[in-house]
Amino acid sequence: MPRDTLTGSRIRERRVAIGVKQADLARRAGISASYLNLIEHNRRRIGGKLLLDIAAVLDVEPTMLTEGAGAALIATLRETASELGGAAELDRVDEFAGRFPGWAQLLADCRARIVTLERSVETLTDRMTHDPHLAASLHEMLSTVTAIHSTASILAEPGEIDPDWQTRFHRNIHEDSARLAETSRGLVTYLEADEADATRTGTPQEELDAALEATGHHVPELETAGGSVDAAMERLGQDASLSAQGLLRDWLTRYAADARALPLDLVETPLRRHGPDPVALAHALDADPARVMRRLATLPPDLLPEPVGLAICDASGTLRYRKPLPDFPMPRFGAACPLWPLYHALNRPGVLLSLPVQQPGRTGPGLWAEALAVPRGRIAVNDEAIYEAQMLVRPHPLVSETPVPRPVGVACRVCPREACAARSEPSILAPAG
Amino acid sequence: MAGQVLLIEDEPNIIEAIKFILSRAGWDVATHSNGVDAAEVVRARAPDILILDVMLPGRSGYDILRELRDDPGFADLPVLMLTARGQSKDREMAERAGASRFMTKPFANADVLDAVRALTGA
Repeated sequence: MPRDTLTGSRIRERRVAIGVKQADLARRAGISASYLNLIEHNRRRIGGKLLLDIAAVLDVEPTMLTEGAGAALIATLRETASELGGAAELDRVDEFAGRFPGWAQLLADCRARIVTLERSVETLTDRMTHDPHLAASLHEMLSTVTAIHSTASILAEPGEIDPDWQTRFHRNIHEDSARLAETSRGLVTYLEADEADATRTGTPQEELDAALEATGHHVPELETAGGSVDAAMERLGQDASLSAQGLLRDWLTRYAADARALPLDLVETPLRRHGPDPVALAHALDADPARVMRRLATLPPDLLPEPVGLAICDASGTLRYRKPLPDFPMPRFGAACPLWPLYHALNRPGVLLSLPVQQPGRTGPGLWAEALAVPRGRIAVNDEAIYEAQMLVRPHPLVSETPVPRPVGVACRVCPREACAARSEPSILAPAG
Repeated sequence: MAGQVLLIEDEPNIIEAIKFILSRAGWDVATHSNGVDAAEVVRARAPDILILDVMLPGRSGYDILRELRDDPGFADLPVLMLTARGQSKDREMAERAGASRFMTKPFANADVLDAVRALTGA
């Protein structure tokens, strides 16, 4: 039980570190020097008031003496040892961290630093071949990382190292890390200046998502009779890349058509009566339910205080529009949960699905979803229609009998549901309890 | 005494770390930090094994190695090359220049020691 038996060693370590004589500590703790000597050599157990007294004299938390270094530090040291592949005595890692907390922390910090740097170096290796300035900076960084790595490994090894060498290596790591900080700062500045344009905000789809989120999915320029897409473009598309401007213009053009067909003053009255129920509203307004869903997602807070979420995907399942809700997040990249009614709608085009859904780990009444797949564009002759699916997510309506909500997720990677037939990749989360 | 290692590398703290590890394992370690006259230093010292960095001031490690391999006296000298670039292209270049072994920075200390031992049969 190393944890139990090392309290004495830690007391001794701490006492020596702050320059207190054994006899002085014994006197102030009210015990004999020989008894303290036995404690310090882990031959007598110590606890209770005596431990508290000694901790007070040594000016440390009693748990520092009984438990030594934190579990996180120990775990990091273990990882370091396994990664660097040295012959470190893993069974004595507790003792090392307890007796040399400063060195142990330094080692852990070095490893964290090495990991970060190795990662950034990996990411940048591709560019290395193309850019001489980058190649030089990266070479410098790699050299410095190598020096730190080697030196830290020597310090991490078990066994005695001459104190002069120890000091020297410590100083080398310090110097190298300063140099590394300087080089990386220079590199970041260089890369930021270099990537000022196209790569800045990611894909055009992400730019579209960001622009729509910034305007709250509501575009006042398109709500008036003479509203123009150009005016809206000028405000929303200013900083967007050309491709994103194309996507944005398409979306705004569709918005304008929806707004012309279902102007706010027409929507207001049935909305007060039915709430954001796309089926009831489509009946009341004699309108296309898909259009009603899109329209609901654009309503301002004074008309619809509790917003609705909307997802639109193309026939490949790729999300083309996303307006998430706090209780219904949507993945920013990659595929969403295959259990979403959005995708079931693609299985049954033209059938409006309406059902309660629940995300994992959320309590309360859950949410209600409507999903519908309709052909996009004109009906082609002797050719397949290209379908597009929409899913509206709204607060649970008051219904007399609530069916069991369908369990859905956000995306497999962040989903805790283990037993799921639709799972396509392992989750990074621990399984739900 | 396990033998003499000549380390040609321009990064002082890497030199210090490698020197420490190898010396502790019983090797006699000589160092040199310049590419220009590196080949002459190798000839003068005639080490049992050469550890050669690729990116050296003045002259590339590949050039130095090619020159040594053309010299019958050093055609069989064990050479461990160090490089900061892991692309297969670099490995290929090192092999073509005649490196006995190739190691990418950052490396593990134990790997350097193992490589030195393996290459010299020590």
